[in-house]
Amino acid sequence: MSHPTKTRNPAYTPKDPPPERRFPLRELILFGALFVAVLAVYAVMGAAYSTRMLVEAACYAILALGLTIQWGYAGQFNAGVMGFVALGGFCAMLFSVPVNDAFWGTELPGELGRVLLYGIAATLVVVGATKLDRLGVPKKLRTVVAVVLAVVLYLVIISLLREVTSDIQSRAGFVGGFGLPAWLGWIAGGALAGAVGYFIGHVCLGLRSDYLAIATLGIAEIIKAFLKNSDWLTRGTATVSPLPWPTPGPAELGFTLSRAVYLSVTAVVIAVIFLLLHRAYHAPWGRMIRAIRDNEVSSAAMGKDINKRRLEIFVLGCILMGLGGGMLGTFNSLFDPQGYLPLNHTFLVLVMVILGGPGNNLGTIFGAVAVYIIWIMSEPLALALMQMAVFIGEGWFGWEPPRNLESRALQARVFVIGLLITLVLRFAPKGLLPEKIKSHG
Amino acid sequence: MNELVFFINNVVIAGSVTGSIYAIGAIGVTLIFSIMRFAHFAHADMMTFGAFMVLLLTTAFPAAGASIGVPTAILMLPLAMVLTAVLAVGIDKAFYKPLRAHGVKPIVMVIGSLGVTLMLQGLIRLFAGTSGQSLYVDDRKEIFRIALPFEGARAPIVITEPQIYLFVITIVAVVALHFFLSRSRLGKAMRAMSDNPELAQASGINTNTIVAVTWVIAGGLAAIAGTLLSLDVTFKPDLSFFLLLPIFAAAIVGGVGHPYGAIAGGFVVGFAETLAVFNWNVLLRPFRDSLPAWLELPNNLAFVGTEYKIVVPFFILVAILVWRPTGLFKGKVIS
Repeated sequence: MSHPTKTRNPAYTPKDPPPERRFPLRELILFGALFVAVLAVYAVMGAAYSTRMLVEAACYAILALGLTIQWGYAGQFNAGVMGFVALGGFCAMLFSVPVNDAFWGTELPGELGRVLLYGIAATLVVVGATKLDRLGVPKKLRTVVAVVLAVVLYLVIISLLREVTSDIQSRAGFVGGFGLPAWLGWIAGGALAGAVGYFIGHVCLGLRSDYLAIATLGIAEIIKAFLKNSDWLTRGTATVSPLPWPTPGPAELGFTLSRAVYLSVTAVVIAVIFLLLHRAYHAPWGRMIRAIRDNEVSSAAMGKDINKRRLEIFVLGCILMGLGGGMLGTFNSLFDPQGYLPLNHTFLVLVMVILGGPGNNLGTIFGAVAVYIIWIMSEPLALALMQMAVFIGEGWFGWEPPRNLESRALQARVFVIGLLITLVLRFAPKGLLPEKIKSHG
Repeated sequence: MNELVFFINNVVIAGSVTGSIYAIGAIGVTLIFSIMRFAHFAHADMMTFGAFMVLLLTTAFPAAGASIGVPTAILMLPLAMVLTAVLAVGIDKAFYKPLRAHGVKPIVMVIGSLGVTLMLQGLIRLFAGTSGQSLYVDDRKEIFRIALPFEGARAPIVITEPQIYLFVITIVAVVALHFFLSRSRLGKAMRAMSDNPELAQASGINTNTIVAVTWVIAGGLAAIAGTLLSLDVTFKPDLSFFLLLPIFAAAIVGGVGHPYGAIAGGFVVGFAETLAVFNWNVLLRPFRDSLPAWLELPNNLAFVGTEYKIVVPFFILVAILVWRPTGLFKGKVIS
């Protein structure tokens, strides 16, 4: 048996083979079932509620697309989706909330700007100090000088900042917004999330992916702590609402119609992202990303810049998360830093991606909508189950249920999400709609 | 003088307390990392689970400890350690072993452990509620005030009973672990497997036993750390994500795979945290008169507010990953 050797055309450039003409039975069945489920929710819960659910599911789909390119395309695990979502929500709030004259009308903005300028100057001085060895200063002395300067300058700046921020808080409440349209905030949220992602990725992506998971988990909690405690910037636990919508609000159109308009905006955004990702996936760039994921050594041997590609894809995913977070925040019309929970904004998204099919955009969108419907419906279900357990327990065993039963019943959902993650990893690691691996024949 | 006492109370004692807890937690993480080669995210919830077991047992037999003169919680600790170790081995059998058998990438194990952490969290909160509870059910928390024999030292050094137990138990645990790893056959086999799994297997070490032993040790240590933390403050079911970062930072600072490094890393992170939230103005106050007049010290000279404590381990983590990814003691960067 000898294989015939194919001679290749020298002008040959590798290209994905044309897609097989296969009848998309699996996709059709799954999306059909999803459609029926959505109709059932509409029939049971009413149009306004169901449309709201769909909008939120659409926003989650954007987050899931962000995670699917990180995890599915490139095999990077981001355990801090919540932080990027919160950054997006914060930017949406900052840009769209009306201008606060109690702040801008005084000398406070000048003071704040002055402190920020001092901060920049101090950073430059410290960076300069770290380069002192080029002027012939011994390296040890340079390190000592740089560290001492950094500590002292940091303390000076932070106390100045504390003064200004407490002034702002007592005299103006909080900084307020810029009074710009919300979509500007969404874009800014994506940019900010991308910048934070760049920083994290720059530090961690050269190392094993465990480090990235640890670091992203940490940055998410830090972002939340910052937003929660910076009362001068975000009003902290006092929350900011309402956030103006870029589309006509419920006051003008009524709940159902206004939400439907918002839904169409999110649908357009998803469609654009989907098309761009589809193009990128099949482009040489996407093939390179998958090559790096599947065999790092061989792609490095072919001269691909692995760390740079990884950074690109990580930042791209973070940008999408920031964008989705902004849209979600604006839709909720409330900025509440405490409302960002790892369960709702990290692990739910993770379940959406691994259940739907990491690396398959259509599967990810399916997973997002399906999981979100289950998630929303599980709340009344958990309460009902708990009520039943209490009824049986009281009637049969004389058990006295604890008082905070509702909050405990909701904790059961934490368990279910955890179980789902482990089961999917074990039994369906490729998800319901697996990524289609094409082989070059 | 009083300022110095304040410094001892708020930095030396508080830092040693957090440091010991992080150290014990980090030893478990680093052992798992070196034997099974993945970052075990469910560790903080194993700690919580251990503390919860102690809480259950203490509530069930509140007067047990008084008969021999120790707090009931301390008496129940060995039992809780056993329970947590059993849980750890069970979790491995049920969730990690099938994944290992499939030969998945380590990052999939990490995600699996996140699933486990959520399950544990859900169960604990389902049964324990979400509010904080004291582990001192029937006993009273003793507080020792040691007056200093110096002129002008009015404030005493304050140390509580659980803190003394904490130091004693930490030292005992560390010494026991040291002898286990360096003297016993199993301990040596563990170190061999951590250095080179293939070679260890080829030389006849039963890897399944080693994995089980690792989980027993990690579970027992997690129960100690969780219980001591809850004794020092209160039992809180929702601490886990706040504990994970400092513990991982400690393990990485010490060099992944180095139990002794993890101890050092734990203290580095613990002291860094307490030093960062300490108000340095207190120490500068005695020299206020000798400072130049133009230098007006603000009242709050802390590096970060208490609410931003979690920034400190993160900053340490980033710094170590940038400058020395192998950790202070030349651990491995597992790849």
